Amino acid sequence: MEKTLPVPARTTLRNRLDKLRESDVWYSFRSHPSAIFAAGLLILVALTAFLAPWITPQNPYDLAALELWNSEIPPIWNEARQWPYILGTDTQGRDILSAVLYGSRISLIIGFASVLLALCVGLALGLMAGYFGGWIDNVIMRVGDVLLSMPFILIAILITAIASASLPTGLKDILAAPILIFAIAVPSWVQYARTVRASAMVEAKKEYVQAAKLIRVKSWRIMLQHILPNCMTPIMVAATLNFGLAILSEATLSFLGVGMPPDQPSLGTLIRIGNQYLFSGLWWIVVFPSIQLCLIVLSVNMIGDWLRDALNPKLR
Amino acid sequence: MIAFLLKRTANAAFVMLAVALLAFVIFRFFGDPVEMMVNEQATLQDRVELRERLGLNDSFVVQYTRFVTNAVQGDFGISYRNQQDVMVLIKDRFPATFELVLVATVISLVVGIPAGVITAVYRDSRLANILQLSSIVGVSLPSFVVGILLILAFSVSLGWLPAFGRGETVDIGWWSSGLLTPSGRAALILPAISLSTFQVTLVMRLVRAEMLETLRADYIKFARARGVPTARVQWRHALRNCLMPVITLTGMQIGNLIAFALVTETVFQWPGMGMLFIQAVTFVDIPVMAAYLMIVSFIFVVLNTLVDITYAWVDPRLRDDTARANG
Repeated sequence: MEKTLPVPARTTLRNRLDKLRESDVWYSFRSHPSAIFAAGLLILVALTAFLAPWITPQNPYDLAALELWNSEIPPIWNEARQWPYILGTDTQGRDILSAVLYGSRISLIIGFASVLLALCVGLALGLMAGYFGGWIDNVIMRVGDVLLSMPFILIAILITAIASASLPTGLKDILAAPILIFAIAVPSWVQYARTVRASAMVEAKKEYVQAAKLIRVKSWRIMLQHILPNCMTPIMVAATLNFGLAILSEATLSFLGVGMPPDQPSLGTLIRIGNQYLFSGLWWIVVFPSIQLCLIVLSVNMIGDWLRDALNPKLR
Repeated sequence: MIAFLLKRTANAAFVMLAVALLAFVIFRFFGDPVEMMVNEQATLQDRVELRERLGLNDSFVVQYTRFVTNAVQGDFGISYRNQQDVMVLIKDRFPATFELVLVATVISLVVGIPAGVITAVYRDSRLANILQLSSIVGVSLPSFVVGILLILAFSVSLGWLPAFGRGETVDIGWWSSGLLTPSGRAALILPAISLSTFQVTLVMRLVRAEMLETLRADYIKFARARGVPTARVQWRHALRNCLMPVITLTGMQIGNLIAFALVTETVFQWPGMGMLFIQAVTFVDIPVMAAYLMIVSFIFVVLNTLVDITYAWVDPRLRDDTARANG
């Protein structure tokens, strides 16, 4: 009698979705109202931020669109309100809602890009350190030790400060976002590298890796296809929580004046600008960007917390 | 144990040398020190002489060695901005930062420990859920936003507390303390709360996790079986065993708090080291930046090493493990 081997199902989009629907993670997501709430909030924030040019009443970066006689209008529930400035305007007549949505876009992009950069660098270096060992491992991990022995925020400030001190004025503003992405990524790759290194060291000794080496599978292929997938779970949790941290760091740097310049403000820059009017009764200039920033970080952290519990095999 | 001690100390020394190298590279190669120090009228001759006098013509290794030797003796050079000795500037500002960090640490323990115990003991009660929720909100609130909101509420709207400065200070030797005057204490409240927000949630989460673990232990069951009152079991027997990790966390976080104080100090115009550093960044005053980097990293590394050594001393199993994990 002929034996038929089970044919592996083709991974179409459709049966990937089916797989997701049956998975434990999806079940856990559905039974956690806080995770659903946070995901909904984050999607809302991201959508409004990226659709900002089409849904806001004003382009806050277009100086020609700003009218000085529209300045210092309070939010819509106040007596002195003026449509369409729902959240009021600042001292230059810039609509706060528009500025907040455009600012969120910058904050989200910088946060995401810096996590992505740190992730790529951290995974690559961690895999190499764990797989090859020896002096490569030593050099990479010692550099990591040194980075971890300085406070996160201090490294980021130093990088932005040095970059802006050594660049000419014109270039500085254009490169503000890439510099920030780099400055936040530098102190954060170490965490990923350490996690991956530990798994890579364990995996590299296993028989299947020895076997793969024997048939001359290329090192990078073993690392990417066999070792990396085995350590993705803790990495995903760390990356999610670090996304929140990256947005916070960007906001802090911009607030301190070493981040995004005032003509392309992120949420941190907006808070820095609004902070100057704290004592003149114009509270809405500082409060609304602050609320938006807190909402973004809160929703990311809630998703990260949920993911950590959902992917933790001990809690299943 | 001695081998472990040597290994950890050597490791710390290596890290500090690397930080010093970084600080030195920043000092030496970003902006020409000579250009920063001379005035407009200086002739080429003056510049060449100054370059020679500062030893900038020596080899890299010689200059780096000199930089480290001077730094060890507390000599970080002269500030470009106001021509003062950097160490004097930092010494003037250190008490302000230290008192801020100290009070923030005390707040984090006084609020964080009870909150952690309550969330663990009365799990799933309404109070515990509220505390749990506020802890995740606390982690997500940037400290400068907390500061700004506190100023808006308590200084601008209510007018209860000052929003900036340190109030009156009293000099005790070279140490200027704001803790001894009413205005100094009032000025400290908002900055300290703002700096401690994150730390409170950290302590609370740690205490909660430790308590949940400890409450399951046999000796707790035994104590209850013996008829020790529940509250006494929870707050004395169980809590005591949770405090060691809290002390460790607090020790390790002091370095982070000092670094993060620079954000709080900017919000509240608090005349500490952090504000000195931020001003130095704005004016590209590199000697001050390099000194701040080295001093904060030094505190950081010393605390971490002490914590590791204490742990190894208390728990011999770690001597081997930690050594393996590090090397």
